[in-house]
Amino acid sequence: MAAAAGASCVGGIRFAGGRPIKPLFSHGPIPGYRMILCVILASFLMFADQRMSWMEDVRAHISTVVAPVQWIVSLPARGLSLASLVLSDQTRLVNENRQLRERLLTLSQRVQRMASLSEENTRLRELLKATPRQEIPWITAGLLTLDNDPFLQQMIIDRGQQSGVYSGQPVVDSAGLAGQIISVSRYSSRVLLITDASHSVPVQINRNGLRFIARGAGQPNRLTLDNVPNNTDVREGDLLVTSGLTGRFPEGYPVARVSHIVRNAGTPFASVEVQPIAQLDRSRNFLLLFTHDSLKPTRHRLSQEAVDAALQVARPVRQEARQ
Amino acid sequence: MRGYSVIIPLSFLFALMLQVMPLPEAWLLWRPNWTALVLIYWCIITPYRVGVFHGFLIGMLIDLLQGTPLGENALLYATIAFLTLLLYQRMRIYALWRQAMLVTIVLALMQLFEQWLRAILLSSPLHLEFVYAALLGGILWPWLFTLMQIVRRRFASF
Repeated sequence: MAAAAGASCVGGIRFAGGRPIKPLFSHGPIPGYRMILCVILASFLMFADQRMSWMEDVRAHISTVVAPVQWIVSLPARGLSLASLVLSDQTRLVNENRQLRERLLTLSQRVQRMASLSEENTRLRELLKATPRQEIPWITAGLLTLDNDPFLQQMIIDRGQQSGVYSGQPVVDSAGLAGQIISVSRYSSRVLLITDASHSVPVQINRNGLRFIARGAGQPNRLTLDNVPNNTDVREGDLLVTSGLTGRFPEGYPVARVSHIVRNAGTPFASVEVQPIAQLDRSRNFLLLFTHDSLKPTRHRLSQEAVDAALQVARPVRQEARQ
Repeated sequence: MRGYSVIIPLSFLFALMLQVMPLPEAWLLWRPNWTALVLIYWCIITPYRVGVFHGFLIGMLIDLLQGTPLGENALLYATIAFLTLLLYQRMRIYALWRQAMLVTIVLALMQLFEQWLRAILLSSPLHLEFVYAALLGGILWPWLFTLMQIVRRRFASF
């Protein structure tokens, strides 16, 4: 249709004499061919972005172009927090300082107990011949912008390829699991929150170890548990922690707390709503966990003492056998 | 002719910033599509300068900013530019309120396409709330148009 309109514009109206009359209301450019080109290009891009893995790199490189816009947008929030710091009076600062000191004291006391507990834990694990848990390395990250699409639960943080961030990396805040990285650009990366409708995380109940999958509900403060049989031992207030079964999230991080259970007599499954423990709508600081090394199955290496002990046990037998 | 090469990119940059500005959760559905409004304005005023390709580029930037599949918004913004270029002569002679009605329809069409694309690409459910943003965009159009006219006459001349 557009092409036909363009042709009539070029040709104009002709009288019997053959002299073209300049049309009174000339229509400007109708970019039919350009539109078709754009449609083809966009379709290819969408297809490639969904199906081809090399697009991630391309995307990461181009995303650097929009980094300044993201930075500018995050300026007002930073300015406000700076201004509130400058304008806050001394008594408030003193109060805050005192509170923080108290918190530090309680936390350090807890850390002391933690140290002895973790020592005890490793000893018990050695007794059980279980593989030791490794320390997971991490880096901190700050919130850059929240995603403003009402149908997506995502955010952007200020760490990118430069800091070694990789796609699929788990993100936690001070309270619990927040989400995972889905795309990385040079200086920033995008986090899919656990509440997004397309996100699921394998969890287990801390109380009894039952395993489920927690799926985001697409709303900021809610997840649902899938396929929970009606007669399962789930109670309101139960803590769900990551089970570490998919190899993506490390084991034992708190994810959510059961808030509401409806057991339908007519259906095989109960509907269970859970609330994320991470303060997804309030946290500004997050930790990125580097789990890709520690979660790989490592080859078991026997400790020297164990080998010596085993030899000591085995040798007398051999000597007896020789005799 | 001077000034346009500066003021058009600047206005788009400003619109992009408004577009990704963080807002409270409850207001998100009501955020007018600033970039689309600015694109429509420039397509009406200078159809020889701003066209389908510009819409495509702006859409790509929005895809990168919002993390949607690359090309989704590019297609939508190219469509907006195309629709506006079909309509721009009428838009120019319409009164502001009739322009606003047409703009609302174009925006709502675009949001509908967006929901369809989402349903195809991400298989997410359809929402009808997208109409709010289009409505508010239409309501704000007369003020935006007047403001942009003032800015354009101040900084750019034919």
